[in-house]
Amino acid sequence: MDSPATYFHWGFVLISFPNLVVIGGMIALFAIALITPFPHSKGGDDGSKQ
Amino acid sequence: MAVSNSTEESSWTLRLRQGIDRHLPMDHLLPDRQPYYVGSWVYVFGVVTIAALVWVIVSGVVLSFMGPQWWHDSGVGRFFNSLHFWSVQLFFIFMVLHLWGQYFMAGWRHGRAATWMIGVVIFGISILTAFTGYLSQQNFDAQFIAINAKDAMNGAGIGAFFNVLNFGQMYGLHVMLLPIGITILVVAHIVMVRTRGVVKPIDAEGGARS
Repeated sequence: MDSPATYFHWGFVLISFPNLVVIGGMIALFAIALITPFPHSKGGDDGSKQ
Repeated sequence: MAVSNSTEESSWTLRLRQGIDRHLPMDHLLPDRQPYYVGSWVYVFGVVTIAALVWVIVSGVVLSFMGPQWWHDSGVGRFFNSLHFWSVQLFFIFMVLHLWGQYFMAGWRHGRAATWMIGVVIFGISILTAFTGYLSQQNFDAQFIAINAKDAMNGAGIGAFFNVLNFGQMYGLHVMLLPIGITILVVAHIVMVRTRGVVKPIDAEGGARS
């Protein structure tokens, strides 16, 4: 915990391993949210309501 | 009881009530049904962000009541300190996921530009609140951040008004003014979403990108 994180350096990109993990996890979560079926999503109305 | 027209025009409570009835009826404010396209996990990101914000505020209220000695030295205090920290992490993660979702579905369409812009302002104030939170920890990290950040603030020309070395100013902003600002804007954001409803997916409009 007290030691510095590992950093990756690609060209002008400099990012720590923990930050890379967080960003990668967010992108994965976003993709999962797009492709995973939502429960009871067939039961909605025609979109005219609300 | 009947009132005259002139009384109706001069009564701000009546005009406010009629305006609320007109723009925000209860079936819009607390709907029991949603359009079919809301059946996606992408729409959950905003709700999770609000849930995280509730935990941030609850844990923050406890921390501000008990004080730095408690959140550094006692086990329960450290637990609430961690609760505050990690709920902030979730708040930012899901706020950004919500931002991505709204960006790719162009959530500002059909009169929703103000809703989008308020969201942008909430994002900005949240960053400022997190920054003042790091300065309010009462530990060496906070001192390190303050000493290094002061040069950036002075370089930007705001050091005289926003003095990161002034703990009282940073703590006051963090526990009072900025959270109130975020809460008011989040309520406005939600009310605006409820008023206009969720924006239709681009495909549902026959490919229109207005």
